[in-house]
Amino acid sequence: MAYSVFDPSQFLAIAPEIGLMLWALVILALDMVSGRRIPRRTLGVLAAAGMAGVLFLSLLIATPPQIVVPELGSDPRSVLGGMIRHDLFAFVFRIIFIAAGILTCLVSIDFRPLRAAGEYYALLILSTMAMGLMAASNDLIMLYLATEASSFALYLLAGFMRDTPRSAEAGIKYFVFGAAASTVMLYGLALLFGLSGGQTGYAAVAQLLAGADTRMAAVLAVLLIIVGFAFKTSAVPFHFWTPDVYEGAPTPFVGFLSTASKAAGFAILMRFLLYVFEPPFSQAAVVWVQLMQPLAILTMFLGNLLAITQSSIKRMLAYSSIAQAGYMLIGVTAFGFAYSRQAPEAAADAAAAVIFYAATYMLTNIAAFAVVSIVSQRVGSEQISAFNGLARRAPYLALGMTAAMLSLLGAPPLVGFVGKLFLFRAAIADSLVMLVVVGVLNVLISVFYYLGIVRAMYVERSSDDPLPLPTPTATGWVVLLSSTAILFITVASTQFWGIAVDAAKALLN
Amino acid sequence: MNFSIPVLTLIMLAPVIGAALILLVPRERTDIIKTLAASAFAVSLALSFFVFVGYDRAVGGFQFTEKVSWIPELGIGYHVAVDGFSAPMLLLTAIVAFCAVLVSWRLDDRPREFFSFLLMLVAGVFGAFMSLDIFLFLIFYELVLFPVYVLIAGWGSKNREYAAMKLTIYLFVGSLVAIVGLLVVYFQAGATFDFVELQKGVLALSPEQFEQIKPWFIAIFIGFGVLASIWPLHNWSPDGYAAAPTAVSMLHGGVLKATGAYAALRFGVQLMPEAAQYYLPVIVFLCLANVIYAGLIAFRQTDLKYIIGFSSVAHLGLVLLGIASLNELGLNGAGLELFAGGVMTGLMFALVGMIYERAHLRDIEELNGMFRVMPLAAVGFVIGSLAAMGMPGLPGFPAEVMIFMGLWRAAETPSLIFPGQLNWWYSWIAIAGVLTVVITAAWTLRVAYKVYFSEPKNLELQALPGLDALEKFSIVFMSAVLIIVGVMPNTVMQVIQVGVQTILASLSRASG
Repeated sequence: MAYSVFDPSQFLAIAPEIGLMLWALVILALDMVSGRRIPRRTLGVLAAAGMAGVLFLSLLIATPPQIVVPELGSDPRSVLGGMIRHDLFAFVFRIIFIAAGILTCLVSIDFRPLRAAGEYYALLILSTMAMGLMAASNDLIMLYLATEASSFALYLLAGFMRDTPRSAEAGIKYFVFGAAASTVMLYGLALLFGLSGGQTGYAAVAQLLAGADTRMAAVLAVLLIIVGFAFKTSAVPFHFWTPDVYEGAPTPFVGFLSTASKAAGFAILMRFLLYVFEPPFSQAAVVWVQLMQPLAILTMFLGNLLAITQSSIKRMLAYSSIAQAGYMLIGVTAFGFAYSRQAPEAAADAAAAVIFYAATYMLTNIAAFAVVSIVSQRVGSEQISAFNGLARRAPYLALGMTAAMLSLLGAPPLVGFVGKLFLFRAAIADSLVMLVVVGVLNVLISVFYYLGIVRAMYVERSSDDPLPLPTPTATGWVVLLSSTAILFITVASTQFWGIAVDAAKALLN
Repeated sequence: MNFSIPVLTLIMLAPVIGAALILLVPRERTDIIKTLAASAFAVSLALSFFVFVGYDRAVGGFQFTEKVSWIPELGIGYHVAVDGFSAPMLLLTAIVAFCAVLVSWRLDDRPREFFSFLLMLVAGVFGAFMSLDIFLFLIFYELVLFPVYVLIAGWGSKNREYAAMKLTIYLFVGSLVAIVGLLVVYFQAGATFDFVELQKGVLALSPEQFEQIKPWFIAIFIGFGVLASIWPLHNWSPDGYAAAPTAVSMLHGGVLKATGAYAALRFGVQLMPEAAQYYLPVIVFLCLANVIYAGLIAFRQTDLKYIIGFSSVAHLGLVLLGIASLNELGLNGAGLELFAGGVMTGLMFALVGMIYERAHLRDIEELNGMFRVMPLAAVGFVIGSLAAMGMPGLPGFPAEVMIFMGLWRAAETPSLIFPGQLNWWYSWIAIAGVLTVVITAAWTLRVAYKVYFSEPKNLELQALPGLDALEKFSIVFMSAVLIIVGVMPNTVMQVIQVGVQTILASLSRASG
């Protein structure tokens, strides 16, 4: 533990968070000093540029140390009193969060219902910052604080359009459900805190758990904590908030909520599972896996089956995002299982599959919500029928949406296929054949609603059919950028997979 | 033979480069655009002819191999090669594509977009025929679906959006079903998409392991069979062709469907020969339904494009019957039928397009006396019909004789699905299948008489302009290919035979 010497260079571990924090304050200050006269557009570009700057600087100076085999007792990656773990795993997730933040800022520029925008961007940046801390947290207290900090910003953002009742409802609903889930999780954390005799660092908790005969209590703690994680990733049965919140919240923000927040949930889930249940105590991890497998199956089925029945595009994408979380849970299950049977290579593969999928899902889903944001504003409806005849009204937008839908579905040339293949392969390596069968079955179910959108855009006609539907510049760029990135990742899968594996190994060692 | 020049990649890239260049040409310079498209295909045609001739028949196996690692973690690579079965398919694609551009020369609706999509489509077909990596194959497959959709929805005739979407959804879902089957094989047999490696993996499986993946052969065969318009999943095909612009009908009916049969053979039969011997004697009834059912409908239709569309369904049925016989004669016949039928369907759709473009009529009751307007087209139609009904001297004859002989012989093989029996019903299938000759003769004669050789009643039709030089050239070119292959079937057969030997080897290994 690094209590003894305080080394200022340790602040590099949270340099991205410091940068984001400062930038959020700058945005707020600018908005206030100017007397709210800076237009939404300028603020959005500033916010995005600032986040890009932070990302760039972090890549330059704050990359984590490369350590293959840590020396016992003094791991230089455990910094700031053991609160934070400065490793590639956290860093890769940070990149995912910040990229999601940048894209969301750009989409928000063109979202008119957001009037007072200063706080919106500041909150978005703050939430991104807290997610970075979530991914890096190495301590029960840090975990809880970071999760809450990010959630509070998200609650406010969900209810940001105050004069729209549905948005306010979304904010309240999200807050009430979130607070309940977080309380339950806190009970679990408190239980662990008690079991470990007041220690809060993951490693210390793990050591004490391994020594004591506390299996029942630990299982109970796991059950309680899983509620919090399941809420974050909107896994069944803690998904209830998802469709309502997605439907009411500002559309560009939903793109952020459905990707970055979900990825953050998976980051804490994997790190917690791994660090608190060290191999001698991995019996509890087996329990965890037995929990995860039905959770994954339920999440996939429920998400896909209910998505078919939706008529609102945002609700449909909400259920689709539940289903996508189900696919990622396949990877998490495989990860936990491989870990509990002490197969680090397989565990690294599974964790890398989750990271890879989370990153590509982020790009794809943000592109989809960007298109939804434009179409629902221009057509004035959030029904799937708003997409009728889009191929004739805005061919490039329709093309981008088609690519996003097919990638979410997992059609071969697109990155969704590669990502699902990595997940399924990890499950097969752990002989979790059942999960793969269910996964493939679900992909086939999802054909109905993903192709339903494509059909609406290309076959149906709308009443104002020939009228072109102009695409705003910034959102157009986001769609173009994320589609290009999706294609690029497909072509360079090996390179990106390599990064994901390195990140997973950093988590494991 | 190992060539230092990546010939196969060049065949596939020539249209891609052509499409890119076309996008640089100003919109108004349509002559440059069309010349570029034609020259891109000419390059592909020359190169695929070179591959066809240069394929070493004595050596056999996969040649002109190019292999580059891509995503090794998932066993995905860029692996292209041809064997005796796919080399003629590349040549077929190039012939039909080249002629498709020539007959589309008069197109003046957004030619820049039309020709660049057409080039992309053909690049995808080339890629599908040459890829030995299943992932790569799927990429090319989807790469084809997209331009086909755009071309039909954007340049088609009546009902085009409906037909385009119907076609796309059928083919897309079919491919998904095939992918699921392939994924099962992938996970069971070594986690590689490389066909050669995967084949080894399947061979190395224990009988119990193989039993687990065996039923998935049905998913693969039927999934790809959708693209080959296997009955009763053929419905997209006549609708799609009726709505599609001429060039797309030619390519889709002549070549793209062949991709489906090819994939069912390569990734179904050749990958899991034991499963093929188990299930195909049952699936064969679907293929028979193709031949008889579609043939009868073709006879009843009056819309020229529907007639040719259903006849192409019937012709693919013959190919599938040949594959289902699983012996040397039948497979050889299927290969020749794919090649000959492809050229024939291309020719027929081109002829229909020439009439429709001038008269804006496709109903055979309204057309008459076209022989006087376009005598060469009538000659081309007669050659095509004779090839379709299996007239000696044209390639349909050897192909159909071999297919029916193959079916007859297959009746003597022991049945796996009903142990202790022979596959005796194959002889009845052969007998029923021969009916197709009669059916084809009936509809072709009816069309030839009504459209071309009947008394001219409609004087407006007689005033239509005749064929231009490019159209004449493409008719002569495709007819010449038919006649050459018909008179000397060995030109193509020798190569196909080499490919069939490889498939037979894996089949006998499975039963032995």
